[in-house]
Amino acid sequence: MNKPLRRVAIFCGLLVLALLVRVNWVQFVEGDQLKNDTNNRRVAIERYSTPRGNIIVDGKAITGSTTTDSGDFKYKRTYKNGKMWAPVTGYASQAFDANQLEKLNDGILTGTDDRLFFSRTVDMFTGSKQKGGNVVTTLDAKAQKAAFEGLGNQKGAVAAINPETGAILALASTPSYDPSTFAGMSNKDAEAYNGLLKKNNPDEPMLNRALRQTYPPGSTFKVVTASAALENGLYTDVDAKTDSPVPYTLPDTAGLPLKNEGSIQCENVSLREALRLSCNTVFGKVSADLGNKKMKAEAEKFGFNNSKIDTPVRAAESIFPTDNRPQNAMAGIGQASNRATPLQMAMVASAVANGGKLMRPYMVDQLVAPNLNVVQQHTPQEMSRPLSPENAQKIQSIMETVVKSGTGTNAQIPNVTVGGKTGTAQHGENNKDNPYAWFISYAKTDKGTPVAVAVVIEGSDTLRDDIAGGKLAAPIAKRVMEAVLEGEK
Amino acid sequence: MSSTTNTTTIGTIGAPSRRNTELALLVFAVIIPVFAYINVGLAKEETVPAGVLGYTLGLGLLAGVAHLVVRKWAPYADPLMLPIATLLNGLGLVFIWRLDQEPQISTPQLGGAMAPGQLMWSTLGVALFLGVLIFLKDHRVLQRYTYISMVVALVLLISPIFFPARFGARIWITIPGVGSLQPGEFAKIIIAIFFAGYLMVKRDALALASRRFMGLYLPRGRDLGPILVIWALSLMILVFETDLGTSLLFFGLFVIMLYVATERTSWIVFGLLLSAGGAVAVATFESHVQVRVHNWLNPLELLNGGVTETAQAMYSFGSGGILGSGLGQGYSRLIGGIAPKSDYILATVGEEIGLAGLMAILMLYGLLIERGIRTALAARDPFGKLLAVGLSGAFALQVFVVAGGVTGLIPLTGMTMPFLAQGGSSVIANWALVAILLRISDTARRPAPTPAPSTDAEMTQVVRP
Repeated sequence: MNKPLRRVAIFCGLLVLALLVRVNWVQFVEGDQLKNDTNNRRVAIERYSTPRGNIIVDGKAITGSTTTDSGDFKYKRTYKNGKMWAPVTGYASQAFDANQLEKLNDGILTGTDDRLFFSRTVDMFTGSKQKGGNVVTTLDAKAQKAAFEGLGNQKGAVAAINPETGAILALASTPSYDPSTFAGMSNKDAEAYNGLLKKNNPDEPMLNRALRQTYPPGSTFKVVTASAALENGLYTDVDAKTDSPVPYTLPDTAGLPLKNEGSIQCENVSLREALRLSCNTVFGKVSADLGNKKMKAEAEKFGFNNSKIDTPVRAAESIFPTDNRPQNAMAGIGQASNRATPLQMAMVASAVANGGKLMRPYMVDQLVAPNLNVVQQHTPQEMSRPLSPENAQKIQSIMETVVKSGTGTNAQIPNVTVGGKTGTAQHGENNKDNPYAWFISYAKTDKGTPVAVAVVIEGSDTLRDDIAGGKLAAPIAKRVMEAVLEGEK
Repeated sequence: MSSTTNTTTIGTIGAPSRRNTELALLVFAVIIPVFAYINVGLAKEETVPAGVLGYTLGLGLLAGVAHLVVRKWAPYADPLMLPIATLLNGLGLVFIWRLDQEPQISTPQLGGAMAPGQLMWSTLGVALFLGVLIFLKDHRVLQRYTYISMVVALVLLISPIFFPARFGARIWITIPGVGSLQPGEFAKIIIAIFFAGYLMVKRDALALASRRFMGLYLPRGRDLGPILVIWALSLMILVFETDLGTSLLFFGLFVIMLYVATERTSWIVFGLLLSAGGAVAVATFESHVQVRVHNWLNPLELLNGGVTETAQAMYSFGSGGILGSGLGQGYSRLIGGIAPKSDYILATVGEEIGLAGLMAILMLYGLLIERGIRTALAARDPFGKLLAVGLSGAFALQVFVVAGGVTGLIPLTGMTMPFLAQGGSSVIANWALVAILLRISDTARRPAPTPAPSTDAEMTQVVRP
């Protein structure tokens, strides 16, 4: 009877071995994944077990923490001027997880990030509680305020960048929401949260329009088209006459005309005049002459068709389409399938302003440990060179003409050189919806070029012509630029 | 088995009693849970818990008395089993007490604090352990009760059908004023006694009267009868009591004992075929089983937008990681309901003392099982061998089914982790089980009495003509 007994012993040993292998699999191999699973409540418990680190703007925290008595969670997130900062911070809610900076830097803010290992170990030995680190942003509180207040009750967005570094200075989106209203987990919080969801609120307050929404860029895209014309040598002198008939018939169509707004004089005008007056015929023809491939290549140098623009919050992908000739001509004036985020258009203005060099946009300057040691410092990075310095100069000069004596006069600032471009993008079938009013610009002083900005306003039902961008969006851009210049002094 | 070949691993003469080894190990088996207890108190309240003296004395007293009784009544018993059982029981008490500290899962509806009750049941368990050692002088006495055991086991297994289901399974009998019992736990021991007695008598018939077919020995129909009856019975338990665990245990136990008794691999093949057939058949009819299998295959699935118990247990294990969150510092209460202290107690173990701790606990179980089988190897009578391997096998299957279920290795079944989990019947029955194993090992290792002087051994008389 002993042989089967030994086999039974081996069998029982194998049973125990199988258990040992299994627990190693669950706790060691799959451990981290299970530990950080979004449905694992411990993640949230951990997140709110200590006061969370803060998001800092201009040296001041725009977030905070307060104690609650809601079961598992000791602390709750609070926001200062939450509506204004929501597109920057995102939210951190006990019941509804977190997003944007709050989510991306959760490890630092909670204090569990591996880079805080040393600080945590010290805390463990000194017996003090785990603390969260801070996220220092690049934003400019004054510029943000100007942008947010400038948008007011209108639906729209503002993105402002420092062209020299790529640092994001303002990121406003309206209508907005206050993340404080659903930071907890009570019924009231749930109600507030549900009220903000798209299905219950057609205004979509939680949509970050500056980063996550694409619009047809309209005439502001003509800056890119003009750049493509110069870079590809189609025209070299911005003041020389172009070969542009009026009316211009879209290529490969049976006489479908591309019209200009009103009765502006666009026949054979120079690029400078064409941008000043915002001639569709001139830029439509430029795009058609260059062809889809070259137009696309130039747009991509400015950041279009890049799905990985992480600021670190990822921006929606702006699209310059691969398309047939008539559609490509339309895309050249910012219509058809051409889509851009406000951030993207701010990047266009900033590349022009920065002598043709596009800097990678970012909004987190430093990650700081609880003991104030810098864990990570951002260094500005060049993203691409859409323009040669000479051509950048030329584009700057014609954009400055737009503000001096063109459609963008509303953005003029005394004693400061401002370059800009208006836009009014049609959308909806047969142009039936209210157009988007756009304005992109930059401001230059003798010390440098500290700001480039893009403004978009949805549903401007007052005006349909091309100067809507100048009327509605340019004043907001001006206020934002002034706020930044104010800080520079 | 012939007595001339020496197949026992332990010699008949001169085996040391190892009682002092047992005493030394018992000291650890008491000290470790006491430290764990203090650890929980420090983590939860930042003070040494008030009950620590009582707990130390209580556990120490139980271990001490048990040791003295073993020393007196079973001096050659295996030295490892008692310390392992004590350690597991002590740690189980700490874990249950630790979970009692969580208000959400210790509401009056969920039975309130359970550690005091468990301590009482443990005391009763040790009392039964002592009783078995004192009154059961020789395990072979149990052989006399073969058929009575069968009747008792059947009654125990069938009785829960007449009581209402609790927590989704019909495995309880409720006695007003006393509480509820899980008769399956006791049936496990009694059925092993029946099998051992029955197989000892019938094993030759089962092993030899068979035809060869495709390399397998096919048993005769009349010998196959009992296994089919047991198979059908285990399926019936499953169907009527929705108790997957007990039926698996019951059937696996029978196959193991048959195999050991007859030394015929064909029994294992039949056993596997029958159990596979049975499992498939039941799985197609029984929604309860289907749900279990579904949860096993999709452990992290959300149910009505919420996290399931299975997923919560997996999160517990994952969050524990290698070293665990520390005693008292885990969140296994998120599993919710009554299960954290009973079926899911391993999740707390995994979360709070981590992979390292969980492996240590599994190794303790493994050690206890292998000591049991070693006892079977050492036993000198077939009944003792069969009974020891039956009890160890049942214990091993139970550990595997519960731990495998909770960690997601196999579908979950509602059974208790021996000694560790909350549950009166379980702890009492398992103490009795260890007592019987100790008794068999004592008999096996006891030095043979010095041979009586044989007249044949005298010098041959020379008969002179």
